[in-house]
Amino acid sequence: MKLLILLVVVLGLVAAVQLSKVYQLSISLRGKREEDISEADNRLNGGLFLAFMVAFYVSFVVLLVKYGSYGTPPASEHGVAVDRLMDFNMAIIFVVFFIVNTLLFWFSAKYYHRADRKARFIAHDNRLELIWTVIPSVVLAIIIAYGLQTWNEMTGEASEDALRVELYSKQFDWTARYPGADGEFGQANYNLITPMNALGIVTEDGVAAALTEIEEKIAKVEEEINYEKGHLLAEWAAIEAELNDDHGHDDHSHDNHGHDDHGHDAHADDHGDGKQALEARMAEIEHMLESDKVNILTEAAFEAKEDKLYRLIRHRQRIQEIRNFDFDGELTAWESGMDDQIVKGEFHLPVGREVEFVFRSRDVIHSAYMPQFRAQMNTVPGVPTRFKMKPTITTDSMRTVLENPEFDYVLLCNKVCGAAHFNMQMKIVIESQEAYDTWLSEQGEFIVKEGSEEPEMEQASAQKESQTITASL
Amino acid sequence: MGAQAHHHEESFVSKYVFSHDHKMISKQFLVTAIVMGIVAVMLSVFFRLQLGWPGESFAILETFLGKWAPGGVLDRNAYLALVTIHGTIMVFFVLTGGLSGTFSNLLIPLQIGARDMASGFLNMLSYWFFFFSSVIMILSLFTEGGAASGGWTVYPPLSALPQAMPGSGMGMTLWLISMVLFVVSSLLGGLNYVVTIINLRTKGMSMTRLPLTIWAFMVTAILGVLSFPVLVSAVVLLLMDRTMGTAFYLSDIFIGGEALDVTGGSPILYQHLFWFLGHPEVYIVLLPALGISSEVIATNARKPIFGYKAMVGSLLGIGFLSFIVWGHHMFVTGMNPFLGSVFVFTTLLIAIPSAVKAFNYITTLWQGNIRFTPAMLFSIGLVSTFVTGGLTGIILADSALDVNVHDTYFVVAHFHIVMGMSAIFGMLAGIYHWFPKMFGRMMNTKLGFAHFWVTIVCGYGVFFPMHFVGIAGAPRRYYEYSNFDFLGSVMDLQPLISTFAIVGAIGQLFFLFNFFYSIFYGQKSVQNPWMSNTLEWTTPVRHVHGNWDGPLPEVHRWAYDYSNPVHDADFVPQTTPALSGEEVH
Ligand code: HEM
Ligand SMILES: [Cu+2]
Ligand SMILES: [Cu+2]
Repeated sequence: MKLLILLVVVLGLVAAVQLSKVYQLSISLRGKREEDISEADNRLNGGLFLAFMVAFYVSFVVLLVKYGSYGTPPASEHGVAVDRLMDFNMAIIFVVFFIVNTLLFWFSAKYYHRADRKARFIAHDNRLELIWTVIPSVVLAIIIAYGLQTWNEMTGEASEDALRVELYSKQFDWTARYPGADGEFGQANYNLITPMNALGIVTEDGVAAALTEIEEKIAKVEEEINYEKGHLLAEWAAIEAELNDDHGHDDHSHDNHGHDDHGHDAHADDHGDGKQALEARMAEIEHMLESDKVNILTEAAFEAKEDKLYRLIRHRQRIQEIRNFDFDGELTAWESGMDDQIVKGEFHLPVGREVEFVFRSRDVIHSAYMPQFRAQMNTVPGVPTRFKMKPTITTDSMRTVLENPEFDYVLLCNKVCGAAHFNMQMKIVIESQEAYDTWLSEQGEFIVKEGSEEPEMEQASAQKESQTITASL
Repeated sequence: MGAQAHHHEESFVSKYVFSHDHKMISKQFLVTAIVMGIVAVMLSVFFRLQLGWPGESFAILETFLGKWAPGGVLDRNAYLALVTIHGTIMVFFVLTGGLSGTFSNLLIPLQIGARDMASGFLNMLSYWFFFFSSVIMILSLFTEGGAASGGWTVYPPLSALPQAMPGSGMGMTLWLISMVLFVVSSLLGGLNYVVTIINLRTKGMSMTRLPLTIWAFMVTAILGVLSFPVLVSAVVLLLMDRTMGTAFYLSDIFIGGEALDVTGGSPILYQHLFWFLGHPEVYIVLLPALGISSEVIATNARKPIFGYKAMVGSLLGIGFLSFIVWGHHMFVTGMNPFLGSVFVFTTLLIAIPSAVKAFNYITTLWQGNIRFTPAMLFSIGLVSTFVTGGLTGIILADSALDVNVHDTYFVVAHFHIVMGMSAIFGMLAGIYHWFPKMFGRMMNTKLGFAHFWVTIVCGYGVFFPMHFVGIAGAPRRYYEYSNFDFLGSVMDLQPLISTFAIVGAIGQLFFLFNFFYSIFYGQKSVQNPWMSNTLEWTTPVRHVHGNWDGPLPEVHRWAYDYSNPVHDADFVPQTTPALSGEEVH
């Protein structure tokens, strides 16, 4: 089959070459040259430009009529302003689009080449050029002024009583967090992320667990370094040499005191004790060499391990510092996080109340895009971002408007973040304040206080669910 | 140098491979770019199949992509890799290396009256760096984890962390290495172009008599020399983050079940560095195309280009402004809104010189005597796409509006029309126009007509509907859209778009056949087939070292004396001395 296709292609190519040769021979015989475009051809191409223009405009209008709404109507306060600004700009660019393209195609069609004509020799005209510098400048000044006015309104400070919601992104899902009754988000740190604590909210246990974990890692690497065979043998040989050396001359002046790791800089210590220590170390090394922990590393690998150890210790330092965090003097960092409410799959907002989103990201850059609200902001690991908006239409009203009982608002990811980027979404529900309050009160708190049932299970099962969703993508 | 008629024997290698001759190097760039272009178009057809008919099986995908399209359905990671490499090849290899490399090399010495580039050796090196960079980029498609997949902008942390996606492994490293080689090539080329234009103009060729092509190439080269080094910094820092444990772009990351020990970097820093190149880059792509079309339009309208000084001024204005607008790519990164306002202002300023250019083109056509050569068709097409695509830039520059359309298909539509189509049209116009100069033969005109009409119809057919898809809220770099019913009926456009893409790609066979056939069998060219004024048409058809057999030509006038009533002929080559009493430009 493939051979057949190849054959057809090759034959077709040969045929095309031969045909072209015949064609070329025939025009050469008639004395025609490629660069001589006949009047018929010029007229044809000019006419085609006009035909193209008409077809272009007609399809534009058809598209505009069929698909010209900006998706769904704006469901936020600033969204209305944005759409108005969009209409304004679109009106201007439509006008320019039609004028310029029409002139272009029309002149092309009108002034096609005729042997008996000569083009008009006109090289410049300052007045004309002034006109088409000044008019665009004025129009642009208006566009800029109007645009920046809308921009400033959108990006101003959120009001004091705005609801604050954290949106947290990771490959490949979203999590929303509400601050709970105290109105404060608990501090979070990426070092404290575990399957049970997907946002890394700071808790005392969390810090302790993270420290234990990193201590284990440090211990493991230290062990690998300490049990490296080559280095052990070298140390052993060095000690032996030193001991032999010491027999010869009994002074303290030589500085070859063995391996620096073992703190042999105490020149004043009793010579006998020093010797004993060295011998003990030799015995220890012999013992170590027999253990099954011994490993052999190349010099490069050994250095990499040392580097890793250094980094782990530095990392441990950072985790320890989480403890030093002081929160407003009133609540400790961990206390304020206890009542935070964490939701997945969908999140709710009350209609008509300003909400300020705070965005965080766990791994790569994502972008929180809410097309129906004309809202978007990147989520950047290590750099929190914000966006405020006021939803104005409840999900139910929008369903009525669109005559689509299935309709839902969505939060999408709009910055490529990996294989399942195209499916990283979360449902948004806009509802009345009462409905919202009810919904919120049903969401569990991060750490359920003593006495109540249901410990962090809810969390864990949500986590599992999301994992299966991701896995089945 | 003196009269250069000497012809020493040249070996095949020094003539065709390691040539120092700018005309040969230009052909090398062109053929490499065409090959890369074929790859990039094929990649786009592959992923358009998936977008048009998601989840359907196409045997051709499995044939070409093997394990990346099991059962003929494109894999999700492979989809991203194809998009990324498609964009990278188109922007850098076809429209930067290919476009500037071909036409700056060919035309700078010929149109300013120089025997060759200032340094033939550096020029040769420039090609070979380009060549190896192309090879590495292609090879990266065959790595185990696949090619780079984070988009042509390769934003970290995605591109910095091999754990984040398969394409961020070996494929990404090769991408970065290829890019460094590419920048070396661009710098060697760019410095050479600038130096040549400034120093090697022939007698009488003052700066104000330079054809607009040369002005465009010069501004382009300056942009490249000033901005590409910044890309290298960005790329080198990224390489260090990937391999040496530094944290220029990384902070507070938890990935693959592990908290990384990097803190203190900022992913946004990369974006500033990248777009400091990235925005000038789109003009590096566009300006040579504008230069070419200025020349082609004047020649074929048989009229002087309208407003020569304004055309030069707007080139310089665009060039300058392009350095202070990069932030318009970052309105939604959390940048300070006031800083955003500044970028809104500077960006919208660019619309003014752009408008001047568009109106000057159109006035050049007005009352002309237009000869529709294929090159002319493509140049007129360029003016249309430049205007149509440029206008949507006004929407994107307006930060309040960009919030809603950033990274959607609206952007894809915008940049494909204003940069993709315009620059490709300019490049094709250049090929049709200067083919006789490069190969001593003519391309077939009728096939050229067919090629143009298929290309403009399909080009607009692909990219125009994308505006509507984007405005409805469809994000870019999505493997499929079936999970969102809010997009509704607008997704009906996807199969239509893909159909146009396939037909358009097949339509390029008109060109490929014409090009390769004409190299060998095309009608022999005469010395000045288009009856053009510029100096390259005073050289012999047969290529000679040093370009002119005799002494260098002397220039007596500007390049645009078409249909000058003082003269009988409708063109007056630049070498024609002023008639007595004639006022020459
Ligand atoms: C053969 C015709 C072409 C078709 C059908 C095509 C189609 C596409 C499509 C569908 C995308 C994916 C958009 C997304 O998901 O973000 C894309 C991306 C892109 N294309 Fe093209 N394109 C074509 C030619 C060009 C040309 C001539 C250029 C030159 C500027 C170009 C530059 C790009 C770039 C820079 C991207 C972005 C890649 C990324 O997202 O990283 N394309 N193209
Ligand atoms: Cu994403
Ligand atoms: Cu830009």
